[in-house]
Amino acid sequence: MKFRKLAGGAVAIVVIVAVAFVAYRLLKPEGPEPTPPIAGAAQDLPDDMSRGEYLTKAADCAACHTEKGGTPFAGGRPFQLPFGTIYATNLTPDEETGIGKWSDEAFVAAVREGVGSEGHLYPAMPYTSYTGMSRDDILAIKAYLESLPPVNQPTPENSLSFPFNQRWGMAFWNLAFFDETRFTPDSDQSDAWNRGAYLAGPLGHCGECHTPRNIGFAMQSHDYLAGTEVQGWKAYNTTSDSLYGIGSWSDDQLRGYLSRGHAPGRSSASGPMAEVVEYSLQHLTDGDIDALIAYLRSVEPEQGDRNVTVNVTPAAVEASNAVLPGDDAPVEDPHGRRLFEGDCAGCHQWNGIGRQTEYASLGGSSSVNDPTGTALIQVLLRGTSIEIDGVTQRMPGFGGVYSDTDIAAVANYVLAHFGDKEGTVTADEVAERRAGPAH
Amino acid sequence: MKRNSTRHEPHDGFVGLSRRQFLGGMGAALTLAVSLKSGIANAASLASEAAADAFAPNAFIRIDEAGKVTVVSSYLEMGQGTFTGLATLAAEELDVPMRDVSVVGSPADLRYANPILEAVFGRPVQGTGGSTAMAGAWNQMREAAATARQMLVNAAARRWQVEPASLSVTDGVVVHEASGQRIAYRDLLADAAELPVPENVQLKSPDDFRLIGAEQGTPRVDVPAKTNGSAIFTQDKKLPGMLVAVIAHPPKLWGKVQSVDSSQAEAIPGVVAVVEVPGDDKIQGGVAVLAHNTWVARQGRGALKITWDDSQALTVGSEAILSAFRDLAEQPGIVAEARGTLLDDAPEGGTVIEAVYEQPYLAHSAMEPMNCLVDLQGDRCDIYNGEQWHTGDQSAAAEILGFETEQVSIHQLYAGGSFGRRANARSDYVREAVTLARTARDQGIEAPIKLVWMREDDMRATQYRPLTVQKSRMVLDDAGKLLSWHWRIVGQSFMEMPEGAVDDSLVEGAKEMDYDVPNLRVEQHNPTTFPVPVVWLRSVGHTHTAFVGETQIDEAARATGQDPYQFRRSMLGNNPRALAVLDLVAEKSNWDTPLPEGENGERRHRGMALRTSFGTVVAHVAEVTLHTDGSYVVDRVVTAIDCGVAINPDVIRAQMEGGFGFGLSFLRQGIVFEAGSVVQSNFNDYPVMRMNATPQFDVHIVPSSNAPSGVGEPGVPPAAPAVANALAAMTGHAYHSLPLGGSVATS
Amino acid sequence: MITFTVNGSSHAFDGDPNMPLLWYLRDEADLTGTKFGCGIAMCGACTVHIDGRPVRSCLTPVASVDGRSVETIETAENHPIGKLVQQAWVEGQVPQCGYCQSGQIMSAVALLKTKPSPTDDDIDAAMSGNICRCATYPRIRAAIHSAAEKLAYEA
Repeated sequence: MKFRKLAGGAVAIVVIVAVAFVAYRLLKPEGPEPTPPIAGAAQDLPDDMSRGEYLTKAADCAACHTEKGGTPFAGGRPFQLPFGTIYATNLTPDEETGIGKWSDEAFVAAVREGVGSEGHLYPAMPYTSYTGMSRDDILAIKAYLESLPPVNQPTPENSLSFPFNQRWGMAFWNLAFFDETRFTPDSDQSDAWNRGAYLAGPLGHCGECHTPRNIGFAMQSHDYLAGTEVQGWKAYNTTSDSLYGIGSWSDDQLRGYLSRGHAPGRSSASGPMAEVVEYSLQHLTDGDIDALIAYLRSVEPEQGDRNVTVNVTPAAVEASNAVLPGDDAPVEDPHGRRLFEGDCAGCHQWNGIGRQTEYASLGGSSSVNDPTGTALIQVLLRGTSIEIDGVTQRMPGFGGVYSDTDIAAVANYVLAHFGDKEGTVTADEVAERRAGPAH
Repeated sequence: MKRNSTRHEPHDGFVGLSRRQFLGGMGAALTLAVSLKSGIANAASLASEAAADAFAPNAFIRIDEAGKVTVVSSYLEMGQGTFTGLATLAAEELDVPMRDVSVVGSPADLRYANPILEAVFGRPVQGTGGSTAMAGAWNQMREAAATARQMLVNAAARRWQVEPASLSVTDGVVVHEASGQRIAYRDLLADAAELPVPENVQLKSPDDFRLIGAEQGTPRVDVPAKTNGSAIFTQDKKLPGMLVAVIAHPPKLWGKVQSVDSSQAEAIPGVVAVVEVPGDDKIQGGVAVLAHNTWVARQGRGALKITWDDSQALTVGSEAILSAFRDLAEQPGIVAEARGTLLDDAPEGGTVIEAVYEQPYLAHSAMEPMNCLVDLQGDRCDIYNGEQWHTGDQSAAAEILGFETEQVSIHQLYAGGSFGRRANARSDYVREAVTLARTARDQGIEAPIKLVWMREDDMRATQYRPLTVQKSRMVLDDAGKLLSWHWRIVGQSFMEMPEGAVDDSLVEGAKEMDYDVPNLRVEQHNPTTFPVPVVWLRSVGHTHTAFVGETQIDEAARATGQDPYQFRRSMLGNNPRALAVLDLVAEKSNWDTPLPEGENGERRHRGMALRTSFGTVVAHVAEVTLHTDGSYVVDRVVTAIDCGVAINPDVIRAQMEGGFGFGLSFLRQGIVFEAGSVVQSNFNDYPVMRMNATPQFDVHIVPSSNAPSGVGEPGVPPAAPAVANALAAMTGHAYHSLPLGGSVATS
Repeated sequence: MITFTVNGSSHAFDGDPNMPLLWYLRDEADLTGTKFGCGIAMCGACTVHIDGRPVRSCLTPVASVDGRSVETIETAENHPIGKLVQQAWVEGQVPQCGYCQSGQIMSAVALLKTKPSPTDDDIDAAMSGNICRCATYPRIRAAIHSAAEKLAYEA
């Protein structure tokens, strides 16, 4: 009986706490609307770009709402989630299939509250970050989208399994995980820092990929930007940790990475991040890039999963030149090196500085320093491309011809030669990645 | 007139000739012209500039006033040393040094018809293929040269009033031993041109050969120009004012252009015009962008917005084709060969081996993507091309333009590989180039136009080695003797065939197989259901039958506990040439001594394969190392070949090395269709053997006095099966589908 | 305006800076010895030297050679190693169709400049990026060794 009483008391406490939390969530004020110069378009906005277009790019709407090879913003891009596939919607002003008939209120509600025309949105739509945006900014984006030619393109039906196909269920998820709050500037910090925080958070929603998620698929606040795996790729630790994050990157490296997709002596953006740079970051003004850097430098250092420590001067690379490799550590199976020397060295070069283009440089790249080879496997299987200033840099995929064994062998070789790491890539793991989402 | 010394074109200055000249008439109207204006050969203008004192006794031999010999090749030089072989034959019979001989490509002219292909097709065609050049030229070129020599000797005899038989020739100088008189060919040309053409000239006895069969071979005539960038391929050929065209083909095979918005393309600086090329039943067609610079044209193509009409397009993928062919493989087909009576079941203690093989479409992927330069002016059309199907392409061009064939001149250029791609019964890329030129002319564009395919175009708009499904069923007795072999081949015909007719090429090597099998039945299905264009690829039907036949033989040997060499030997009693080649390769490869084990758990094994193709017998033994992760390398290859008289042993060795490398790539290559489109695009998904996968070679040539047969193709067929047999011996798996990939399951 | 030298002569170009060097060489400078093979740096047919380093010109924007020195097959013979390599190619009867050989030779010259006596492994490492569809590889390997021997003898 005593036990029962105790248990009953515990339940009562849990219920009370939960009710209090829900009440807090529901009643908590969203805060005042953010204002320029923190919100809004860049202060150094170029003449040929409207405020709405700039904000649309900064919020990177195109990356998700454009199908591969399709019309920008016409939607249809599939996102494979563990419990099914959902499709990005048509954002062109088509009245039937797009946002042509949407009121301002409805649009703002979708972006900031995650409530769309059919009910609750799934948090693949980053309303959890967008919620910090100002109403003015959202309406500027809406105005820009409405200036585009309408495209009649119905969005395919989501194919989610029960219970995830019940949109009303998301209301509970929101209660538990969604904190609807506008961005609040930190008065102790500069305008530039606050602008950077606004760009990284409400607009650029960096954390949606770079912050590990908890069991409820929500961002873990204590690991903000500490790095995780997304859609089979790696979103690296971008906290200011000097070993595991970007703490030891120079401003030039950060600037190069954010505005061109390549950090000299460090990584080139690939996969989903290449899309972010292509669609969004390369269009940010110099002032905004500097603001973003100022903010990122201040993000609390976190060690994350501590997988990736980048060796920028691996011995084998130091010993190599443009034509020949230095002495590689003896490998039991030369298969990986053989594939590399045939199919890869022509662009990457043995000393890893890139033969034709700096984008092909491998020295200092996070991907070739991650012993799990997570991103490396994806790049090898599917290739990657990035278009900067109208010029496309492209690595072709080898998944069509390379077996799982081949991919594992070349990945482990690359990790050893360019990262001085003992790669742990296995053929079985490659098989899994091959079957998994293409991002 | 200044010869352009920096660009080497194989058609340099060659001028068309009259029928009388071709047939051996000599004449004052001489045809050799060594002059070029600004590096541009123009047959019409050169005719009147021809040197007046050269000697042209027939269609194949020219000697100029300096005594230099020009051999006219009716064949394409695409890498197999054909020009050198022809020059060797001519130099041998003319008794001139190789350094005095050069080779030019002939224009398209039915009088240069390939004698062997003519017999095959039953009508004259000028073309290069089927490893026929040396076989066809063996008598023709030697007789042409010997005739020229005899006329020159007769001229000297007349001058000195002595018997021709008392004269000899050394290095182009006629010598009368008795009197010590000497005179060079160059001083006899005018006299010789006056003499009648002798008939039935005596050819040299093999004992007197200086050049033919010389162990180191005669140096290739095309090699110097191919080491300094001066050899001119179609890709390199330029004419004044020329435009380059890059074309957008339909993404789905046989799709058609519905509409095109070219405004963005035309806005690119340097883009001259956008021309729609109508597709038909032979070419894909599409939309071409014309510019003076290839890059600009390519950028222009990228900026086109084309809506395609896919109502006529191929919609299925390889999987649907394979599925349909698998069904056919279970049904009786057209009988290509039948001897004895097939056994349904194995006798007591015997063995039945049954397997279904699947092999994909293959692309030729020559290093030089397809291209063709067309200069259409008034009532003349000049085509510059690495021409492998001379008269076929000439007729196709004439048909498109409404011309007589004589109005179309084809200028031979080097081909950056072909492997059969440039000899196409549909004349596909030539048709596309000529159709483009015609359409552009109709749009008011007066310029020579060079159509250039990018690598992706070549991979995707190409014509393929047919995909096949093959079913094999062997019955062996208790002693392991192969009693009965039923072999059914399903694949598209290489050529358009009448309903129910056998395409011999599709079943070659199965139909007339090397082995003595008492009960044999070879059937084929050649469905026309799927309109994927197919064409021969280096060694044609042997590309797919050798893999099935030679791996089945090994499978049967393994299943019955026999040594694959001895098993093959036991079936070659009636085929002494093949037996000799097999014995030679076994001996030279130390077949009976096992390979030493590798390090780190590597396994090593030999595999063998034998195949007669195009009259030549080739056997390879491949030494293969299998690593623990399943990746494998071929370390060494021992080859034996019987190709009759070895005209140039070094070229033969080169063709065996290259043929093996070409065939080895089959283990990793495949063209796959998905929903009417080709998946592969470039060398990242269509791999080609590279330096670090290249084995060491040891080639042995069987001495022979038989007439020579070809060597360009026969090295290919036994390559992939030899390696697969070595792998199978190590892993115990039977490999029935290609591509295998770069690694295999190890257990 | 982009200025650079090709085979010792000065060149200036004010067209599309993103145009690959390959097409400048072939279509503007009329140096057609350098070949187009794949356009994605996977075959090596377009290999030239930029400041002595072997580079695939099909992916090298012409703007990136501003102020630099380009060498192509056309003047390979002016360099002692280039001449030796070309001689070895003729003596070893390497080419078949010949289309890839300009690139093969430029890669081989770069290898011998880097390491005058390469091992078979070195040849694999430096030459495997150059495709030869005719598979003349064994002869390329032998010709490189032969050129290396002559180089050692002359030194």
